[in-house]
Amino acid sequence: MRCNYACQSSEHLLARRNFLGQLAAGAGALGGVSLLARPAASAELAKQQKRILVFNMHGGLSQLESWDPKPATNTGGPFRAIPSSVPGLHVSELLPNTAKLMHHLAVIRGVNTAEDDHGKGAYMMLTGRRQTPASDYPQLGAVMAKALTPETSTLPGHIVITPGGGGGRSNDAAYLGPKYASVVLGNGNPPQNTARPGDVTDAVDAARNQFRKMADDKFLSRRRTAKTDLYTYSYEQAQQLMLQRDVFDVSKESEKDAERYGKHDLGRHCLLARRLLEQGITFVQVSHSNYDTHNENFNFHLEQMAEFDQSFAAIVGDIADRGMLDSTLIVVLSEFGRTPNINLYYGRDHWSRAWSVVAGGAGIQRGAVYGKTNDNGTEVTDGQVNCGDLFHTYLRAVGLDSSGSFDIGGRPMLMADPATAPIRAILS
Amino acid sequence: MPAEPQQTHVASQWPVESPLLACRFDPAGRFIFASCEDNSIQRFDLATGKPLALKAHESWVNGFGFTPDGQTMVSGGCDGRLIWWPVAGDAPVPIRTVEAHQGWIRALAVSPDGKLVATGGNDKVLRLWNLADGTLVREFPGHESHIYSVLFHPTGQFLLTGELKGHVRQWDVATGAAVRTFDAKALWSYNGGQGVDFGGVRALAISADGQQFACGGLHNASNPLGAVHDPLVMLFEWESQKLVQSLIAEPLKGAVWRLIFLPDGTLLGASGGSTGGHLVFWNASQNKDIHRFQLPNIVRDLDLHPDGIQVATTHHDKHLRISRMASKPA
Repeated sequence: MRCNYACQSSEHLLARRNFLGQLAAGAGALGGVSLLARPAASAELAKQQKRILVFNMHGGLSQLESWDPKPATNTGGPFRAIPSSVPGLHVSELLPNTAKLMHHLAVIRGVNTAEDDHGKGAYMMLTGRRQTPASDYPQLGAVMAKALTPETSTLPGHIVITPGGGGGRSNDAAYLGPKYASVVLGNGNPPQNTARPGDVTDAVDAARNQFRKMADDKFLSRRRTAKTDLYTYSYEQAQQLMLQRDVFDVSKESEKDAERYGKHDLGRHCLLARRLLEQGITFVQVSHSNYDTHNENFNFHLEQMAEFDQSFAAIVGDIADRGMLDSTLIVVLSEFGRTPNINLYYGRDHWSRAWSVVAGGAGIQRGAVYGKTNDNGTEVTDGQVNCGDLFHTYLRAVGLDSSGSFDIGGRPMLMADPATAPIRAILS
Repeated sequence: MPAEPQQTHVASQWPVESPLLACRFDPAGRFIFASCEDNSIQRFDLATGKPLALKAHESWVNGFGFTPDGQTMVSGGCDGRLIWWPVAGDAPVPIRTVEAHQGWIRALAVSPDGKLVATGGNDKVLRLWNLADGTLVREFPGHESHIYSVLFHPTGQFLLTGELKGHVRQWDVATGAAVRTFDAKALWSYNGGQGVDFGGVRALAISADGQQFACGGLHNASNPLGAVHDPLVMLFEWESQKLVQSLIAEPLKGAVWRLIFLPDGTLLGASGGSTGGHLVFWNASQNKDIHRFQLPNIVRDLDLHPDGIQVATTHHDKHLRISRMASKPA
């Protein structure tokens, strides 16, 4: 029986058809070849493949110390607002480098997700849906990987770079299946177990793989199913990862760039993200920790935002300078914002009723500001959006019909919550 | 009249419209200046408790200093500015504004002779200014992290600066040379899970005879983002730099925000954290506090009146409080 479990949505088919057609025109395979090293025509073709870069500000970034400052109010805190490259748009003084690049980005200031729990908030922001016991939805990275990653890609389409430890494959693809689950690069290290043991020679490795393939082929000739195909895919991807381990080796980047991105973990992770996007990986998520500042919010944001500003501005500037901005969606999100009220420990607590998300690149209008909060930032007064609206917007920004669905075992699964809609005002 | 810590009680409490931050008495002891989260400075008349708002800073104010004649006050803020003000008058307006630092001024101290004001902050540079005219006298680069506290030695010969990462540097005022470093790294921690440096030398104090030197802050920071940590003071012998005592206040949680040596050598600290606000008293002979007095709300700063008896404290609950270290009037 023919396996028919791949996405058959018009969006995916169209994206794949366009991409494969362009490949047929002479671009060649994407995997393992730096965009910058490609001939001009090939680079132009590669630009057509949409990519997504997400910054997950773990713990709950303060909107007041970033995208929606309220200086000289009872909630504003000690930081001032500075003008940005967009006339009339001010951001926190903690973002001096990013402020110069705001003409590439859009600020969405009316986010109200009404969920102050870390786990539930993160789920909402990464899936576009409220968490319920009865269902599970794929995260943005899995959706994008499924919808946009070329079938010919030899690299995973969904990468998550975390600040500390960990690694391996996560369970964040829900019904899309493990093929689209994230490969986690703990502390920016290459995927686990991709280095061949030193005592296994090329010849021994080739021989054992040949034997495995022979056995697999014999089995598959009689018993092929979606699960056996996934098994085969996993093995082949593991082999590809071993062959292309350099893709994940940020030390191959220049010392000058390492300095420019910052000699801290986030700087290294952002440089790795740039490297991965340039290699054609569809979705890269970088997590920065930790913004859960119930205590000394201002000291900690001073520390964390200084890192973020340097590294974020470096990668946004590079994406723009290298001609990738039209094909790369950039999103800065968190699980919620922080309370306008400053608590007795100079901290801010959890606040989901009025906070901000930043997006840019791809089909997002450059320099847009959408939504507004009141004078001291306690409520949204204009342009209120929720996690579903944002999720639709991300999909639309990379050319997908967010009202479309995936065919999962013959059952259509909507890509985004039908009760919500894209923010058309910031889509170009 | 010597202070009687055991008799400490709140004598007055005065409300304002915003949570309070730093505070200092003027040299004549007529006013107390306190900063607020709304960027204002409130000048309280000690006789009446009436506040008067001074507005010019664009951010929070962290420090105050005074000319020896008590006529002029200088304030340093998170806007990086030093602003000179007349102390008295019904509507004080700025006399002079100096763009002093990139980023926050975190601490400010006036020299014993009243001629110099020293400032330190987030640009990691200690700067020395002429208090009379606001001109820059000298810069002292060399810190590797934010400067949290500044103090003159009683002789005026040396300056001390405490930073986030627990180094206390001693500087020669006349030459700008770095003299030596006190190791107060117990007051700093790095939490890898949360990815944050935390703590720092929040308070510096030196005894009137110059023989004992104390720095305060916090330790045992098991959850910096959640305010789980304990107050700690490190007491050194000045000449030898020997650590005499690590002063604690179990089971209080929080940090030591200010330290002052009382004339009899007792060390007074302001401790604020999840167990509330306290005035804590230590001496050099034992590591545990000899007395503590709980205030009605978390405390953020304190200052000692020239009379040596009255203590002003600032609070998150929008009150300035005056406590007296003496028996209540009959």
